[in-house]
Amino acid sequence: MLKLDKTEIWLVVSALVLLASAFLLPNWLTFILTLALAKALVVQGVVIQMRAGLVSFGQGLFFCIGGYSVGMGGAFLNIHDAFVLVALGVAASVGVAAILGLLMTRYRDIFFAMLSLALSMILYGLIVKNQALGSTDGFNVHDVSFLGWMPAGEDQKLVIFVLTVIVAGGIAIALNRYMKSGLGGVNEAIKENEIRVEFLGLSPRWILYANYLFAAGISAVGGAFTALATGHVDPEMAFWTTSGEFVFIALLGGTSHVAAPFIAAVLFALVRTYALELAPHSWQMILGFVLLAIIVFLPKGLWSLVAGKRRAAA
Amino acid sequence: MKRTRSYLAPTALALAAAIGFSAPVTAAENGKFRVGIVTFLSGAAAGPFGVPSLNGAKLVIDALNEGKVPAPYGLKGINGLEIETVIVDENGGASKQVEEFRNLAERHKVDAVIGYISSGDCLAIAPVAEELKLTTVLFDCGTSRLFEENKAPTYVFRTGLDAAIDNIGAARYLIDSGRKLESVASIQQNYAWGHDSWGDFSAAIKQLKPGVKVTTEQLPKLFQGQYGAEISALSVSKPDVIHSSFWGGDMEAFVLQGNARGLFDKRTAVLTCGESALDRFKGQAPNGLVIGARGPFGAFAPENTLSTWFRTAYRSSAEMDPTYPAFKMAQAILGLKAAVEKAAGKPGVIPAKEEVARSFKGLSFESVSGTVRMARANGHQALQGIAYGEYKFDAKSDKATIANVKSYSGECVTPPDGTTAADWIKAGFPGAQCN
Repeated sequence: MLKLDKTEIWLVVSALVLLASAFLLPNWLTFILTLALAKALVVQGVVIQMRAGLVSFGQGLFFCIGGYSVGMGGAFLNIHDAFVLVALGVAASVGVAAILGLLMTRYRDIFFAMLSLALSMILYGLIVKNQALGSTDGFNVHDVSFLGWMPAGEDQKLVIFVLTVIVAGGIAIALNRYMKSGLGGVNEAIKENEIRVEFLGLSPRWILYANYLFAAGISAVGGAFTALATGHVDPEMAFWTTSGEFVFIALLGGTSHVAAPFIAAVLFALVRTYALELAPHSWQMILGFVLLAIIVFLPKGLWSLVAGKRRAAA
Repeated sequence: MKRTRSYLAPTALALAAAIGFSAPVTAAENGKFRVGIVTFLSGAAAGPFGVPSLNGAKLVIDALNEGKVPAPYGLKGINGLEIETVIVDENGGASKQVEEFRNLAERHKVDAVIGYISSGDCLAIAPVAEELKLTTVLFDCGTSRLFEENKAPTYVFRTGLDAAIDNIGAARYLIDSGRKLESVASIQQNYAWGHDSWGDFSAAIKQLKPGVKVTTEQLPKLFQGQYGAEISALSVSKPDVIHSSFWGGDMEAFVLQGNARGLFDKRTAVLTCGESALDRFKGQAPNGLVIGARGPFGAFAPENTLSTWFRTAYRSSAEMDPTYPAFKMAQAILGLKAAVEKAAGKPGVIPAKEEVARSFKGLSFESVSGTVRMARANGHQALQGIAYGEYKFDAKSDKATIANVKSYSGECVTPPDGTTAADWIKAGFPGAQCN
């Protein structure tokens, strides 16, 4: 009934390898992977919209809503179950997106980019003004449980890693199906020529609206897992540099394949942490050069390494 | 192009793999004491805080490794073991700092971490340090919430002071200096530090002198740099005193722009972080400007063997006077050394982390700022006094000094355990012992 295509088999295998390696890899590496995979989910949200020609410079908005839902759910609503908190984040995020989307889908190109950035900076401003939420310092996420089970210390991080891998894998498969469906193909068409799509009898605006909601939902999942893993949320999550990083990782990976954002996010995290170690005073420069090299030599992102090889083999 | 790509692909993948799976750095089983030092090396906080603190760290650690620090710190390194450092840039936000803290603990296997200027980073790091059971000395961040949120710390210590003390001290200084003080105005950076500082100061000044009017509260955004509109608003509101917790480039810009427009001609301003720019104002700040150093640090540090040694050594290596961030970093390193050596009992061993935590708790140690007692937050927070003074520039010698210094003891300005700073101020400082 559920027939997996080649990509999906690869995704499942990768997820299983990651799950198995959780017990072999050192804790610091699984932690980096957790954050990278969570971030990759937000990047997927950027990529969905990018395929239809819209660049969101404000995906941090939903990342932040996801994170703060986890933090505030624990601090103010006394909800400590991770699953409920993540669901709360998704619900809040999609709810906000449902309203904002009505406005956002009327804009294209730079106007969409700027408006999305502005909206996320509004949330940033609101949180900074709010003393009860710790302003720029943020606050801690305490006492998270998993269906009544409350693992401590390293076990908790391991559980979050396992959950992140499973959820990211599930979302990746769903995205892959969407990408390869007829509707997924229409996204490319909207990017190329929106008017023609309309003449084909489809409504680009409502397709973009659906994309926007879906992107908001998975970005919130990414934010929620980041909050659970780091145990702290701060308004930086909605700051424009955070959103910029998501766009950057999206370009780094390329938009042609569902696995690309994951690979790019992991590579980005590893390059950053090792650059920081090698050159504490000029790590940004190393990061910059690596990214520049990728853009110059692989203009279609890291995925063109794989895609290029395939073409050569064919 | 195709050819290049076919070479590039395996190379890039191999590189990625090499980065991903290179073996972790060897554990600190090389007979050295490994310390992670985290401070701002890039961004706006690097200039005023990060770099002086790193200079201070390098100087103290090198001198300790050579056994050149005066008594009671004559023992080489930490407990006779050479100190090895892993330096991390604090820039990049709290979740990245949590990631790097875990790397320090598990990849670099450090014996202790000293660091953190940003309050947000301290709040995020504290629970992780407890989880990983890693001795962590916070040297600068000032948030009162640190031990209010982490009520039962074991491995987290703060050798710097709570920011509430800066503002309680500033309020007391203004009252005691006998200035005209009918009204105050505020200008703060619009983020947690600014909000908290003004909250504490305004509460304290109203408590000490009931009836003081607040004429205006300006909250320009962080790193705005241009304060034309705010200076106008402050000028027309005609306050007797202006309070500001500005730091770094923002503070220098505000003082320069305000001075040029005569903002400080008829009134004084109190800058809680002012000392960090003492040598940088170069006479462009008005004489009589009240400045602080967030404790008995920098220009306010008392004369003793350690502070004299530190000043001389810092001057000869960095070619300027050490400001308060350098002093605070030196204090954190000396505190850690004192705690480890007390826990070890005999030289040449690294005591268990539980032992270090136990001996650090409630420790009393000599520092570049005098004697420090870890006497708050159940023995995890340093208790020290604070001093304020007036900026005074001597054009002849091209040197700035501080005049009319007044110090307040730790017991006078620090809330006792079991009460938050805000509640303590509101209740009228019960139990404060001021001389």
